[in-house]
Amino acid sequence: MSTPFYVSPQQAMADRAEYARKGIARGRSVVVLQYNDGVVFVAENPSRALHKVSEIYDRIAFAAVGKYNEFENLRIGGVRYADLRGYTYDRDDVTARGLANVYAQTLGTIFSSAGEKPYEVELIVAEVGAAPEDDQIYRLPHDGSIVDEHGSVAVGGNADQISSYLDQRHRDGMTLSEALKLAVESLARDTNGSERTLTAEQLEVAVLDRKRPQQRKFKRLLGRQLQRLLDEGSGSAEPSEGSEGSEEE
Amino acid sequence: MEANFSGTGRLPAPFLTPGSSSFMDFLAQHQPEMLPRNRQLPTQGVIEAPHGTTIVAASFPGGVVLAGDRRATMGNVIAQRDIEKVFPADEYSAVGIAGTAGLAVEMVKLFQLELEHFEKVEGVSLSLEGKANRLSTMIRSNLGMAMQGLAVVPLFAGWDVDRQKGRIFSYDVTGGRSEEHGYAATGSGSLFARGALKKLFRDDLTEGQATTLVVQALYDAADDDSATGGPDLARRIYPIVIVITDEGFRRLTEAESSEIVRAVHERRLEEPDGPRAALL
Repeated sequence: MSTPFYVSPQQAMADRAEYARKGIARGRSVVVLQYNDGVVFVAENPSRALHKVSEIYDRIAFAAVGKYNEFENLRIGGVRYADLRGYTYDRDDVTARGLANVYAQTLGTIFSSAGEKPYEVELIVAEVGAAPEDDQIYRLPHDGSIVDEHGSVAVGGNADQISSYLDQRHRDGMTLSEALKLAVESLARDTNGSERTLTAEQLEVAVLDRKRPQQRKFKRLLGRQLQRLLDEGSGSAEPSEGSEGSEEE
Repeated sequence: MEANFSGTGRLPAPFLTPGSSSFMDFLAQHQPEMLPRNRQLPTQGVIEAPHGTTIVAASFPGGVVLAGDRRATMGNVIAQRDIEKVFPADEYSAVGIAGTAGLAVEMVKLFQLELEHFEKVEGVSLSLEGKANRLSTMIRSNLGMAMQGLAVVPLFAGWDVDRQKGRIFSYDVTGGRSEEHGYAATGSGSLFARGALKKLFRDDLTEGQATTLVVQALYDAADDDSATGGPDLARRIYPIVIVITDEGFRRLTEAESSEIVRAVHERRLEEPDGPRAALL
């Protein structure tokens, strides 16, 4: 018979948080940016089948980093929650705020229940509104807190560095190609400051487009369409590239 | 929402249990009372409820059209003049329903959600056959109601992305499904509509001709069936026509359907029985 060691509650929580954070930091990042016609999601993800960005409902989408099986479970739970709510009441009654709350409660309960291992995930739930002011972006860290974000947000490994890079450069009213270019630049920066080049094949890109005529505003940007937008972004920003480059160096 | 959060506020287990991609299966597990098939049926007496009437469909080389009249009847009373009975099911399919209007609308809502749910969870759409089979199951689960006079009989049409052609499926009250080639009709005026379709249908119709064809068929149905509503020019109530091609579904605008209806009506002022087919 061995006596269990005493671990202070603070230490236990700190250990769990550390465990979850390490798991999350191992993966590549996802960034979410507002642009003039909606919200764009960009993830570095070579897989075409295992998505990090997905549709939840008409105006709501989901992005996640961390352990795939865990966030996939949460994603399906979210789709079920949204569809059930829309079926019970009305499609307009499904909101990102409601969904973010449910996710926060779920993550929070799992994080603090001693019997379960904490989820190694960080989520983003975004909803596109009728105008840019009505867009909502919520970031949900592993411990069940909710952060209401504006403009741009990054989660995953290296998120702090990417966030500060985005914060400095993101402005309201960017076009899709400008926002996409900024997102790709931010993802391409490594921890040590060196840059990689990310091609269309390595990116998973989706938008919530408020101008889309269909009821469901979520759309994946694939293949040629994505390539065209990437080219457009780098083409139009060519003149300012020089000054920006020297600033960084 | 009604989810039981049992004090902790987290999503209950059925939400996070991996398994079926079907919304109906999820409902059956989590809230079975919300499924139409789990409803208590009254044991006796006849229920008076509005009934929708005629739906027609026809295929053409680039797609398929589905159309329905706008009348709902309750006994010998016109319950509603402008009811909508033809709905998009998803991007590439549509469903038109004859029978008890209230149940039909609920069934369509659940069917649309079933397709959308599958698509979101799996990341790909069901095949057209898969969609048609799913609808079959839903009709079959309504058999108890149908026995009491509350039948729902749909017509399902869609663009088959794999085979690159428009296809039409008809159903009976027991959920029996059969694929129709060329054209189909369901509802009280379907006998007359089918007669018209049979005489006017050709394999090489254009999209514009196909939409005119279904409007002609509905006109003939309304001519001989009191429960089917003809186009109401005075109130500007025209049939609902949906066209599905490889670009997805499109519902004709009021202006477009009004133009077709007026052209048909104009000709019928001269020839009340409509266009005549050759005798031999």
